[in-house]
Amino acid sequence: MNFVEHAGKRMLKENGLPVPSGVLCSTVEEVETAAGRLGPCVIKAQVATGKRGKAGGIKLSNTVPEARENAIGILGMEIGGLLVERVLVEEQVRFTSEFYLSIFNDAATKSPLILFSAAGGMDIEESAATAPELMRQMPVDIRKGINLPAVHELLEGLDLFGSEEHIVEFIADLYTAYRSTDAELIEINPLGLLEDGRVIALDCKFILDDQSAYRQESLAEGGTPERLTPLEQRARDLGLKYIELPGEVGILANGAGLTMTTMDAVTHYGGSPANFLEIGGDAYTKGRDALEIVLANPSVKSLLVNFCGAFARTDVMTDGLLQAWKDVNPSIPVFFTIHGTGEEEAIKLVQNELGITPYDLMDDAVTAAVEAAR
Amino acid sequence: MIPTSSHKILVQGMTGRQGTFWTEQMIACGSNVVGGVNPKKAGTSHLGLPVYGSAQQALRESCFDIAVMFIPPAGAKAAAIDAIESGAKMLVCLTEHIPIQDVLEIMAAAKTNGTRVVGPNTAGIVVPGECFVGIMPAFNENVFQPGNVGIVSRSGSLGTLVSLQLVQHGIGQSVFYGVGGDSVIGTSSRDALEILDRDPRTEAVVLCGEIGGTAEEEAAEYAATMSKPVVAFVAGRTAPKDKKMGHAGAIVTGDKGTYKSKKTALEQAGVEVVAVPSQIGTAVIRSRGANLNAVAS
Repeated sequence: MNFVEHAGKRMLKENGLPVPSGVLCSTVEEVETAAGRLGPCVIKAQVATGKRGKAGGIKLSNTVPEARENAIGILGMEIGGLLVERVLVEEQVRFTSEFYLSIFNDAATKSPLILFSAAGGMDIEESAATAPELMRQMPVDIRKGINLPAVHELLEGLDLFGSEEHIVEFIADLYTAYRSTDAELIEINPLGLLEDGRVIALDCKFILDDQSAYRQESLAEGGTPERLTPLEQRARDLGLKYIELPGEVGILANGAGLTMTTMDAVTHYGGSPANFLEIGGDAYTKGRDALEIVLANPSVKSLLVNFCGAFARTDVMTDGLLQAWKDVNPSIPVFFTIHGTGEEEAIKLVQNELGITPYDLMDDAVTAAVEAAR
Repeated sequence: MIPTSSHKILVQGMTGRQGTFWTEQMIACGSNVVGGVNPKKAGTSHLGLPVYGSAQQALRESCFDIAVMFIPPAGAKAAAIDAIESGAKMLVCLTEHIPIQDVLEIMAAAKTNGTRVVGPNTAGIVVPGECFVGIMPAFNENVFQPGNVGIVSRSGSLGTLVSLQLVQHGIGQSVFYGVGGDSVIGTSSRDALEILDRDPRTEAVVLCGEIGGTAEEEAAEYAATMSKPVVAFVAGRTAPKDKKMGHAGAIVTGDKGTYKSKKTALEQAGVEVVAVPSQIGTAVIRSRGANLNAVAS
């Protein structure tokens, strides 16, 4: 789950990390009030995308009228296809240098990884490529926690203008925040160097690990909800992962890997999938809900059911699906291919309830479903 | 390490509904299950096997080589570390949706104790005709037959389909190695390729990948060094960008983890990448033919 800047900074502040004073505003009037209180300020579009500065979504404002003018320009603009509905009005901070810092779950080292660069700011990707010696990285032994001498070592040889102690302290505090919030990533870019040698988070990208959301409920409320269609939302509420697609062949399969494969096969044989819907894992008892969701999409012209049961029992999935099929009584044709755990029972159920026999070969079921959707 | 029928298996969460069902299947397929764990039922017996309060207790009272977990996400870290610190040689972690920082703690403990972790979010390992550990339909003879082709898969459902496709082409499997669908896993596709490369029974390998992450690119680097032929299928060619497709690993952002990047890397390593799973059987037969010719000449 992604957090936009203001929500990320609120998380930092709650964890004792320094951020500029700011106010989240959604109207021009609110911006004027905030600018009057903060003095010279910066107005920052709050959308979940990068390159806001380059798109004109971040403006310095030295007076209230200037803040008003910038707010009118930024509120309602689009950045990366996203409408700017809120801005963060922040005090202007005098900084003399910009660093880069992030902590994230690293799949390669299977540990938290700290990345620090003495050259932070807008073009971090380029500076990381052109001056790799300025980018330092350090895995952390998660069971032992952060080791301060190792952090000092990480920064050794970098020109930090005498701010090393403050940076080490910031990194240690950020690591504590990373652990307590179940972050997947916290990225501070730039980490601003103040004239007195302290550092401050001038921006924040925070991603909460979705698999931890259940134990971070109050924090998760501050995240940006995924943009879902009404049908996708309905599926989510039922505990199903459903994605609407522009095609005509409805797909019901179990497991993410098999479902993607079924979509690929439909496309390979000249069809076009109408959805991704996975009913594997713990959701395999939801055959009924799954069918109702797939059929609620009016573009669906034929239905392809591809079950390969491992953990998910095909008899349980098929039973739920067939019950719903009888109730909904859809007018579209359905094509089955069923293998794996519970297949004998599942195949019998289809034969008894619908009078058809599932295809033995997946490709035959796919081509039949593609033909029928034409 | 590849499980055999002589490895002693401890089932954490054996007394639950799924634990019971799959333990029965494992035993029926030749797996040497020696006991289970459930702190609330310690001292009782289930399926004729002893139930221990912890893996530590199981270690004291009998001994085991492999632990397999039927444990929900919130309890997974404690159970995994219990098994690891009890000296499990291998931990098969079936649990899906474990908080990632918990997974990192499990991995750190495994590294300290020398435990091979398979998963999380794996469907397990099958050695057809000998044993299996996990939640695969090892008992279904349309899907699994003893043979000489190894399979590495991130997904249990796709792995089942591919195993079935091989059997439909008259090809049996030496080992099905499920590595798991999560972003952080103990045994990568590359590691599994290496394990199958060293396995004398395995003559060719099918790699079942999917979009997201860099597992296939890393596996390709190893495949380039193998003399055994490798055939691959990568799921998600038609998946929309920036959408998470259920597996934590299966998300494409920017240019990373795309189908194209994986296909290119694999083909450059000499791996044939097929468009649909039904082409895997013929590709395997063809690759082994080529390999035999190469050996003969």
